[in-house]
Amino acid sequence: MPVDNDVAPIIEMRGITIQFPGVKALDSVDFTLRGGEVHSLMGENGAGKSTLIKALTGVYSVDSGTITVAGEKRVFHTTSDAQAAGISTVYQEVNLCTNLSVGENVMLGHEVRRGGLIDWRATHREAARHLEALGVQLDTHTGLFSHSIAIQQLIAISRAMVTDSKVLILDEPTSSLDRGEVEQLFGVIRDLRERGVAILFVSHFLDQVYEISDRITVLRNGALVGAYDADTLPRNTLISSMIGRELEDLAELASSAARDIDRSGAPVFTATGLGKKGVLEPADLDIYEGEVVGIAGLLGSGRTELVRLMYGADRADHGKVEVHGKPTRITTPRHAIDHRIAFSSEDRRAEGIVGDLTVAENIVLGIQARRGWLRRVKRTETDAIVKEYIEALGVRPADPDRPVRNLSGGNQQKVLLARWLATAPELIILDEPTRGIDVGAKADIQRKVAELSAKGLSVVFISSEIEEVIRLAQRITVMRDRRKIGELESNGLGVDDVIDYIANEGQENVA
Amino acid sequence: MKKIVKHRVFWPVVALVALLLLNAIVRPSFVSITVQDGELYGTLISLLRNSAPLMLVALGMTIVIATRGIDLSVGAVMAVSGAVALTIIAQSPTPEAPGTIAIAIVAALIVTLIAGAWNGFLVAVLGIQPIIATLVLMLAGRGIALLITNGQITTVNSAPYKFMSQGYLFGFPFAFFVSIAAVVIVVLVQRRTALGMLTEAVGINPEASRLAGVRSRGIIWGAYAASGLLAGFAGILYSSNIMAADSNAAGNLIELDAILAVVLGGTSLMGGKFSIAGTVIGVFTIQTLKSTIVFLGVPSPVTPVFMAAVVIIVVAVQSPLLRGTAARAVRSIRNANSNTTEVAK
Repeated sequence: MPVDNDVAPIIEMRGITIQFPGVKALDSVDFTLRGGEVHSLMGENGAGKSTLIKALTGVYSVDSGTITVAGEKRVFHTTSDAQAAGISTVYQEVNLCTNLSVGENVMLGHEVRRGGLIDWRATHREAARHLEALGVQLDTHTGLFSHSIAIQQLIAISRAMVTDSKVLILDEPTSSLDRGEVEQLFGVIRDLRERGVAILFVSHFLDQVYEISDRITVLRNGALVGAYDADTLPRNTLISSMIGRELEDLAELASSAARDIDRSGAPVFTATGLGKKGVLEPADLDIYEGEVVGIAGLLGSGRTELVRLMYGADRADHGKVEVHGKPTRITTPRHAIDHRIAFSSEDRRAEGIVGDLTVAENIVLGIQARRGWLRRVKRTETDAIVKEYIEALGVRPADPDRPVRNLSGGNQQKVLLARWLATAPELIILDEPTRGIDVGAKADIQRKVAELSAKGLSVVFISSEIEEVIRLAQRITVMRDRRKIGELESNGLGVDDVIDYIANEGQENVA
Repeated sequence: MKKIVKHRVFWPVVALVALLLLNAIVRPSFVSITVQDGELYGTLISLLRNSAPLMLVALGMTIVIATRGIDLSVGAVMAVSGAVALTIIAQSPTPEAPGTIAIAIVAALIVTLIAGAWNGFLVAVLGIQPIIATLVLMLAGRGIALLITNGQITTVNSAPYKFMSQGYLFGFPFAFFVSIAAVVIVVLVQRRTALGMLTEAVGINPEASRLAGVRSRGIIWGAYAASGLLAGFAGILYSSNIMAADSNAAGNLIELDAILAVVLGGTSLMGGKFSIAGTVIGVFTIQTLKSTIVFLGVPSPVTPVFMAAVVIIVVAVQSPLLRGTAARAVRSIRNANSNTTEVAK
């Protein structure tokens, strides 16, 4: 639907800058939102999407810049300031009270009162009316917990409509919905657009973004890349503008991708039809000895989900796994570790480091866990291992007794890499090992991966930076919208080829 | 010097030493020790003896808290332990025989180990919140103890059993040796193996530990089982002290003293890093405090108020936040004073 550019915007953000200790989360970003449009906000992790939304909803206050709502300058100190200005948000994880009834949730804080007391009958009637306006019919006395996430989301939207919101922010609303539920949600969104509500939509699903959006704003590294009409923005332009280009040259690594892999024997690891309902469509993957298999795809494309199923961090509900050609059951990380598979999570802080333990303890944790608590890794042995890896990976500061939480992200990542390498794995899965770390550490880690794979270690390497994947991997698995859409030989491949592939391959198959 | 101040047990030690000094100054009898028949007597000696049950319970609590858990059932487990042991002794034709006592104690410890394992099962396997999971046994335990004793307060006469808490060895109370043995065993098991480090890892970041391959279920389970076992031994000491299985009074509210001892010792209730030395100091602090209250003649109905006041002071002294704020407040008062003088000019 073409949007009339002359319509005065409901929201106008100008030069928004938000500073966190050490980083500029947003750097002078402009953003406009008009009534009756669906506007998608796009960008990879750390691009500043959430920060912009939080500025708009009053969670963060801006360091500089102005927010104008319906022609009036506003300063939001709290979320209720933003709500009073008619801005409502429906989050990825629905922020409703699951222990209250549907009606109570819809009307919470806006209950119909009579003589100071709540008139529950009228309140529920009112709630039902609001729900029906969105085409949802259900008993408002039922508990919220008894409904699916999809319905809960619609309830959250109707709750936003109770306050007569002019602006509705939908942050990753479709991430846990199936196709039919997405259709229902989109029906509601289109309906609200007709009524003149401005909708800010955030999703990692490209197909959905194109299906529902009128305009698209792209952020990268806290800065505005541009705002475009969805109709005229080609997919590959969108993807490359989200990812950006890495300029730094790592020529000495270029040989990694070109290295010949002997694929005559049994693969180290084979997954056949590995998947989980609502998380990942069944996917196949095999990795040979000494091979680096890259996984390319945007955040939320299913790349993390796939490797978590491979490692047993999450339990697959279908598919088979073979290690060295033998059928194997991997349903917990222990199973994977027993088969000499290692996994470094993309979420370093929550799933990687053990913050209060020292660098040395974090490094030996993997070996220690393998040996069990009775066979303690001796002090001298620990010292030797820790010294070796601190030197090999260049951990700074090179102090084994410092709590690991005091290290920078890049050095924490090196500690994690050391933890796994010390267990002498045959396959190591690295999920975004280079995210959010400085260029030097990035190069160190890539160099190590190239070096070890040349010696026979098999690696699964995930990165949002396609250059890195092309540089290291001999083969690239491409994922989109929780599906594996294909596989590419990476030798001679350019970044644009991969982007084109992500954008266009298998398009016609999409439901 | 700075390193000593930064050490995690520095402030707990300061609190304990201050409390001991205060006692020594206010009542010189506090430090006097007399020798009778080669056995030591005095307030400090009773302190060592009386602190034994709390010491055992607090050790178990430390490990459980390190896993991000809590064990509220320790008092009730003590009651069960005493009930089992004394019922066996009371029904035995030979209550004075060391063999009988050994059987009674081993049986009581097996039962309490099972009780601890039950807690661990609820927390580690079923994933029930520790506070709720252990609340079950906290409430049910005393009932079970009463069932075992048929609702009676079972009393016995048995010299070897009495020895457990009231006997002397090498001039010191036997119970004190039990304390020491428990501390040494816990330290050996936790710090000489990798159990301590793995326990801390599970307490600090359960998900990262799971992905690193740590068998967190077993570690958590083991922590509760150990806590049950230690509480069981505390129950033996308690019942030996009064030579009766009083299911209602045994270990009453000891869970709170134990938690307090752990926290006073500098181990965070958030789990993770734990300090056995800190807990030992915490236990002595609480025990000294109780003895002080008795000496000062604080009427028993208001004892809890007095305890609470002292605990607040002790905890406040240990709080880095409060120490920082206090330092800042002192500075700003000084600044304010100099400002007013300027204004006065």
